[in-house]
Amino acid sequence: MKQDIKTVKVENLFKKFGGLQALWDVSFSVEKGERLVIIGPNGAGKTTLFNVITGEIPPTDGRVYLFGKDVTYLPPHRRTHLGMARTFQITNLFPNLTLHENILLAVVGVNHQRYKMHRPVTGCGDIIAKIEALINEWDLQEYKYTLVKNLSYGVQRQVEVIMALAGGSKLLLLDEPTSGLSPAETVAVTSMILHLDPEVTLLIIEHDMDVAFQLAHNMIVFHLGAVIAKGLVEEIKLNSKVKEIYLGEE
Amino acid sequence: MRYTSKQWILFLVIAIVLIVYPFALPSYYFTALLTQVLIFSIFTMALNLVAGYTGLASLGHSAFFGSGAYTAAILMKYVSQNMWLGLSMGILVGGILAAIFALICLRTPGVYFIFITLALGQLVWAVVFGWRSFTGGDDGMPGVGNPNIFSNLTLSGGTTYYYFALVFFIITFFIIHRIVTSPFGHVLVGIRENQTRIRHLGYNVWLYKFIAFIISGFLCGLAGAIWSYYNGFVSPRDASFELSAEALLIVILGGSGTLSGPIVGTIVVVLIKNIIAAYTERWLFVLGVTYILTILYARRGIVGAFGVRLKSWVG
Repeated sequence: MKQDIKTVKVENLFKKFGGLQALWDVSFSVEKGERLVIIGPNGAGKTTLFNVITGEIPPTDGRVYLFGKDVTYLPPHRRTHLGMARTFQITNLFPNLTLHENILLAVVGVNHQRYKMHRPVTGCGDIIAKIEALINEWDLQEYKYTLVKNLSYGVQRQVEVIMALAGGSKLLLLDEPTSGLSPAETVAVTSMILHLDPEVTLLIIEHDMDVAFQLAHNMIVFHLGAVIAKGLVEEIKLNSKVKEIYLGEE
Repeated sequence: MRYTSKQWILFLVIAIVLIVYPFALPSYYFTALLTQVLIFSIFTMALNLVAGYTGLASLGHSAFFGSGAYTAAILMKYVSQNMWLGLSMGILVGGILAAIFALICLRTPGVYFIFITLALGQLVWAVVFGWRSFTGGDDGMPGVGNPNIFSNLTLSGGTTYYYFALVFFIITFFIIHRIVTSPFGHVLVGIRENQTRIRHLGYNVWLYKFIAFIISGFLCGLAGAIWSYYNGFVSPRDASFELSAEALLIVILGGSGTLSGPIVGTIVVVLIKNIIAAYTERWLFVLGVTYILTILYARRGIVGAFGVRLKSWVG
């Protein structure tokens, strides 16, 4: 029975914005450790799907399950505590805080001491150790006390991913992790994602086809809010409908 | 947290100055002035926790200050001469009122938040202004009297009351210092900096704001209660919009979101109000120019502009 629990399962999701159908009867599931890449033209509803899964906005209809639990109406912070984390399409950090403080906030968010107010954070050994470990692991020691807004865009994108990982999440939703990056930075971020713990489940929105094919086990193709194809990377590459509406444009 | 020896020296110097101050100066006038600074600093430090650290610019904080002041005054006048009762009830009423305010105003973002805090604050002002038989209306409530700390020690002398206010000032400073360096305090800053992001890191943003508001309310109530004993008098001015606005301007002037900013701001404003006012009727003009210069040339307030240099010196 235990093996049947999907990391993510969405059932018949609908989302309407006024007259616009952003999501139309979307259903799929993701296994533990799977790397699912979602592709589709701009405005296809990919980010809306992320927003519904993470709880940023509620669906008009349908259900969302995380780790076998119905979370359709759970607020975002409760979902994070289940083991989910996300990054944003447009870099969404704390620009006026240092790298150290950014990672601190990511670590404390899922720490039981997050409401502690009678003790300085420097006295919370496990939190400080965790931050140090992450900064060392990703080789960012030199930027530790740099304001995040002063870091290069490539490093900022890396920090996004590190912050998503900081809470020990088992599921990451990455919204266009390589958007706006130079070719060299794209390689760095892609290799970083490839080297993540294989136990971690990844749901990735990606526009760069090279990156998408590199990262994916399975793919889902979105068009006008609906899933028009899903399957292994090889199947998607050969799918004529996909070629027509998406790959054909390239 | 470990302090460097230079930081200890700085603390020590400040502590000695605060302790010998009343004896070093020729007249009670200066002691009274610093007592005012201490009491208002408690108020502005409390506001800074919400406005500066959490980024919630409240224009209704005088309601908590005023309710603390009126609670202490009413209890002393009608119920008991026991100051500790008035003080603790003042704190409690400030906190409870803040909780009620927060339940209503935390639902709204941005500028609507400011308007709602303003409106709620005016409600409290309207009550103390309008309920003439109980609060004295716009005449205020005279004859609060000098409280007894213990049965044999009366807070009548200016110097005694100065030390009394100093103790609560230090306690408040210590509380705020603890909070802003704690995990909780870091989260408040995170909320100010990026609310969407922090929600996805696993924080119940609403609850953090709610707790910050209540702590702030408690401390404002404390400041109000001490203020009413100090004056022996309360008036609707203690719950007025002008006081809320002044406190917010003090926080911005001194440096919002910094530990010492509200204190520095309070010192500057109290000095301008009292010392400059002795020389010219146009002291409001001086105050206005000070605000404008701060906004133009020191966006992060006095401490924001000069604090870095001091920080690099003390390490």
